[in-house]
Amino acid sequence: MSSHSKVLLAGLITAGLLAAPALAFDFGRPATPDEIKLWDIDVGPDGKGLPAGSGTATQGKQIFADNCAACHGENGQGGIKDRLVGGQGTLASNMPVKTVGSFWPYATTLFDYIHRAMPYPTPGSLSTDETYAVTAYILSLNGIVPADGKVDKDSLPKIRMPNRDGFVPDPEFDPAKLFHKK
Amino acid sequence: MTFKTPIEMLSRPANMSRRGFVGGLSAGILGVAATEAADAESLADVPDRGPGAELGTHSERSRFVKIDRIPEASPGKRNIDPSDAINSKTPHQKLVGNITPTDLHYERSHSGVPDIDPAQHRLLIHGMVQKPLVFSVDDLKRMPSISRVVFIECTGNGWENWKKADPELTVQNTHGLVSTNEWTGVPLKFLIDLVAKDKGSTWMLAEGGDGAGVDRSIPLTDEIVNEAFVAYGQNGEPLRPAHGFPMRLVMPGFEGNLNIKWLRRLKFGNAPWMTRWETARYTQLLADGKARQFQLRMDTNSVITQPSGMMQIQPGYVRISGLAWSGHGKIAKVEISTDGAKTWKQAQLSLPVLPKAQVRFQMDWVWDGKPTTIVSRSTDDQGNVQPDRKSFIAAMGTNALFHYNAQQSWSIDEAGRVRNVLA
Repeated sequence: MSSHSKVLLAGLITAGLLAAPALAFDFGRPATPDEIKLWDIDVGPDGKGLPAGSGTATQGKQIFADNCAACHGENGQGGIKDRLVGGQGTLASNMPVKTVGSFWPYATTLFDYIHRAMPYPTPGSLSTDETYAVTAYILSLNGIVPADGKVDKDSLPKIRMPNRDGFVPDPEFDPAKLFHKK
Repeated sequence: MTFKTPIEMLSRPANMSRRGFVGGLSAGILGVAATEAADAESLADVPDRGPGAELGTHSERSRFVKIDRIPEASPGKRNIDPSDAINSKTPHQKLVGNITPTDLHYERSHSGVPDIDPAQHRLLIHGMVQKPLVFSVDDLKRMPSISRVVFIECTGNGWENWKKADPELTVQNTHGLVSTNEWTGVPLKFLIDLVAKDKGSTWMLAEGGDGAGVDRSIPLTDEIVNEAFVAYGQNGEPLRPAHGFPMRLVMPGFEGNLNIKWLRRLKFGNAPWMTRWETARYTQLLADGKARQFQLRMDTNSVITQPSGMMQIQPGYVRISGLAWSGHGKIAKVEISTDGAKTWKQAQLSLPVLPKAQVRFQMDWVWDGKPTTIVSRSTDDQGNVQPDRKSFIAAMGTNALFHYNAQQSWSIDEAGRVRNVLA
């Protein structure tokens, strides 16, 4: 952006702010801790935001069959939607297969995504324990946890996904360097 | 070759019949839509005037104008059932000017279009702030606002051409995932001040109210803090549901999926959340199997829209027109080659040229009837030049899926048929 248009935009914003000097209590209302809890569902790669509870791959097998297999296939492949299993070793080929096992860098993301977005017709309908169980089952199908493996808020962030080192940050927005000069 | 001024060019070249001239213009400027009705050859053939239809509560398009988006899925998955669509593409081959009509702005939705009652919609802003607040749509509309014309582009725009060029594709298929509208809303900076963000917060999570709860981590650079806004207006009216009604984030110059639709939560933190969309989805697989992450800015781009894929031109005068845009700033120039990228001429830009908005370019051309290839390349005011396909693929490989901004070539055969080719 040219310096001229930067000045113009800054001028527009400043003019708006000066025309209506606003104090915080003029707009919106305070959010209560209880209602924030209802919507505060995000899970970070360090495990922050993971709820109490747990689930095993064995429990997850039935939950997956009931809620997930129709789109993702019986064993997480061969379905009409995203393949979840396999693909390791294909990422540099002409036909890369991106799955939880071959591509996803964090196991915490799997819990977060199932919890917020799945099953597609009724997102958020699985309980916390069921979500942990399906997470464990998909990880077990990929050989990342044992067939009878169990996951919870302490173990999930510690799982090292096969493609954890498979990502290169764009130089302009590298999280490790972006704000360190300030 | 030198050209006459545009006005002079509009008089019929001496060596061309009137019908050929008009036909060429139609194909060049309006594409298929304008050629459907029979030409009125003599003024005596033009239908008589008379009273028209009653005035309405809003304006519809003429029944003679056939113009629609096309719902599609991933590369090669076209002509699909709308229930299988993941995006819907803008018909650039039938549009003129710089602004995309609201109902033809491209759409990418990850879990359908939610039917949101604005009275029941809320925006929660919390995290590393002094005062977590809840806002209604009316709260936002009472705040100081800005309006800005910007392009929004899906990172999948251009993805049909990574590995091959299907000759049947139109510019709607290849480049229909970018559009330009005027958006109105509240500067992010104003909201940041209201909640009193902690100085230590460097990243923001933006989350949508759709079934997928699409969420992205956004770095709070000076540029983003100064330019991002929460929009409730689109081309002068409330947002359309497909584009985020009742409110969306607008991130000028950045990946379309960062412009979170149906926005319902902003959370301030100090590191990215590594959501599914910024790890498994919107990352670019390189030739060595590593994936580029947080490639947030949309690069310098352009495409010739008229004439373009599946059109047919006549020898003689052809008006070349297209669109150029850059997430880095303003378009500084667009060059066009009509000899397969051997020589280039500078096109005219339709004013105003706005930062991070599409601008129309045009150039006069006299086609000699011999097979050739036409291609455009844009340069922005930061000096970024749209890459040719060969050097682009050399840098990115063919598996990246997203952020395709290589020059678009259209071949023209001896019959004047315009087709999608790689170079």
